[in-house]
Amino acid sequence: MADPMKIRANAVGDATEVKVLMSHEMETGQRKDSQGKTIPAWFIQTVHVVHNGRTVLAAQWGPAVAKNPFLAFKFKGGAKGDKVQITWIDNHGDKRTDEATIA
Amino acid sequence: MNATRRDVLRKGGGVSLAALLAAAGWLPPEVARAQAAGWNKGAFETHSMDETMKALGGGVPAQSKDVVFVSTPDIAENGAVVPIGITSNIAKTESIAILIEKNPNMLAAVFDLPPGTEPSLSTRVKMGQTSNVYALVKADGKYYVASKEIKVTLGGCGG
Repeated sequence: MADPMKIRANAVGDATEVKVLMSHEMETGQRKDSQGKTIPAWFIQTVHVVHNGRTVLAAQWGPAVAKNPFLAFKFKGGAKGDKVQITWIDNHGDKRTDEATIA
Repeated sequence: MNATRRDVLRKGGGVSLAALLAAAGWLPPEVARAQAAGWNKGAFETHSMDETMKALGGGVPAQSKDVVFVSTPDIAENGAVVPIGITSNIAKTESIAILIEKNPNMLAAVFDLPPGTEPSLSTRVKMGQTSNVYALVKADGKYYVASKEIKVTLGGCGG
């Protein structure tokens, strides 16, 4: 199981600013190891951010997203104390969901 | 007339061919899983703007000054971690995509923004070499694009 995401969700005016740092290799499938064998691709494919049961961001990623991906965005609404839930699924079918409270 | 049969046909029409193939076990599991998770495999295997647009289901995007790069460097010292920030000032922005022209596959990421989510986000990508980076914005069904060249002094895709 992958390490937990680091999530910050802050209320800024009438919006909520979300910053996420995920822990993932994001292997491209282009690199070779010391024996010259291709290292198979291993990367996050989809990311969903949910607030109060409503999806506020849905992303599809390719292997070109950097290792230990960072993502920042804002959505309208969201009160202090609300929960923001983030889920990613990688190309191995592994998934991880973490939750943060809006501060 | 056989109403039930019609219903079945009509409902069946909404299911994509890929989903049917996956259900029938004709697609390799990796592809099926990607489809199931809503990952557009075709779009992530393209090598040119035209191909990517076709895979995303759009036409030729219009150049727009309302799509801007924010806190994005002109020169990236390390291609493995290039910060990209994109803001769209176009009303009804539905999605933002990042495309890197000279990467092995052009499309890096697509973000779908439901109403209420601000059309501005930042992330980090890998770049193999100095290249044009495109910010592709879909707003009200139309596509707009802005580009910026980012110079890379150390590639992010080499071994």
